[in-house]
Amino acid sequence: MKELGKRVLAGDIRAASRLIRNLEDQIPNTHVAIQEIFANTGNSHVIGITGAPGAGKSTLTDELIAAYRSQEKTVGVLAVDPTSPFTGGALLGDRIRMLRHAEDKGVFVRSLATRGAMGGISKAVGEGIHVMDVLGKDKIIVETVGVGQQEVEIINHAHTVIVVLVPGMGDEIQALKAGLMEIADIFIINKADRDGAGKLYKETMNMVQMSRDKYGITKGWQTPVLLVESVLEPHKFAESVTKLRDKIDEHYQFLVDHDLIADRLRRKTTAEINEALWGAILAPILEELENSGEMATMIGKSSNKEVDPYTLADEVAQKYLKERPRASEA
Amino acid sequence: MKNRNVRILLAKTGLDSHDRGVRLLARTLRDSGMEVIYTGLYRTEEEVAQTAVQEDVDIVGLSMHTGAHNRAFPRLRELLDSQNAGDILVIGGGVIPEKDRQELVDAGAATAIFGPGTSTSKIVEWINKVMAARKE
Repeated sequence: MKELGKRVLAGDIRAASRLIRNLEDQIPNTHVAIQEIFANTGNSHVIGITGAPGAGKSTLTDELIAAYRSQEKTVGVLAVDPTSPFTGGALLGDRIRMLRHAEDKGVFVRSLATRGAMGGISKAVGEGIHVMDVLGKDKIIVETVGVGQQEVEIINHAHTVIVVLVPGMGDEIQALKAGLMEIADIFIINKADRDGAGKLYKETMNMVQMSRDKYGITKGWQTPVLLVESVLEPHKFAESVTKLRDKIDEHYQFLVDHDLIADRLRRKTTAEINEALWGAILAPILEELENSGEMATMIGKSSNKEVDPYTLADEVAQKYLKERPRASEA
Repeated sequence: MKNRNVRILLAKTGLDSHDRGVRLLARTLRDSGMEVIYTGLYRTEEEVAQTAVQEDVDIVGLSMHTGAHNRAFPRLRELLDSQNAGDILVIGGGVIPEKDRQELVDAGAATAIFGPGTSTSKIVEWINKVMAARKE
């Protein structure tokens, strides 16, 4: 698979998927392909969908794809599911909700496993977005793993973040907590036909009205709270999701009108540079420590309380980072 | 292939709702460290092929209990080949007579077909062996 970047630029799905795979597998020199496509990125609207496991993210994504396809917009989906911490295996099951689009050439769905990443997405998501972007997808939907309170890394990659809530997850204190509840550009109360939906709606609205300016992140945008009814009534469900689609596009237009796209781009770029630095500096050092057995020695020393982890880290930094002064001298 | 995780698509096509076997296999392969994608029921070969290409899997495992195997396997193989995905292997399982299994493999429609009673560990072993032998 040579010249992946060029083939992706030419619209080759096989090459695009392989490129994402190479990024996931951290195959050496994959960044060459990213260099080739990088200048052509930045045209798609990236939508993040996040929420607890079983909240209905995949099913909403499926309907949202349909809503965009009815406008003849092309859609890319990156659907993330968890990797087992024990075996490294994964069951990537989001796609099963979206199979009615499986023959549609205007829809490209790619499942990703987290592979140990902690923020609710996988490390390859950032570049995966670039790949879908270069393929010319109008909308790119990133579906996170089922998240708890703290996995909010999606904000570094999406223009519009949708947080999906369902009734029955806790009392009003939950709505006051930091983390997940702060990141939404749009809230969805899914399965709104269930008991407790009205109460959840009120609590969420209260919370939203208290944080009107979103800490300057999206100045002036009033985060809407949308009720989405049971998928078992397909007509009502589709109608709710059409409203959601229009809200999402309204949000994007808001970002454009208020010069906030650059803001989000800066956030994404910061995350990407951090990631790239990690790959360029820390990853090779870790690999060397692992291969030389030094890591095992350090773990041994630290486990039996001989040396603390900070001293060990400082010694490693001394060895590899020439310009760095000793922590004790700084 | 150093670092490569094995990715596999498990699929059922046509009017076949016997999915206990394929679900057990999905779990087993997951527990063997592979990334498993399952299509669910009632898919077409076209959908399976496009999914395999989009997901860049190494292998498609087709489960069949309806007797449609002599049509489904060659069709899937042909669709993958026509989408520049000749390197994606097709394997099979389910209720398929031994004679047909051999003929499908001989004709190149499948690389291997595992009959009823095959232990899951044998399938895992086969996949690991074949994947270890592949380069890039």
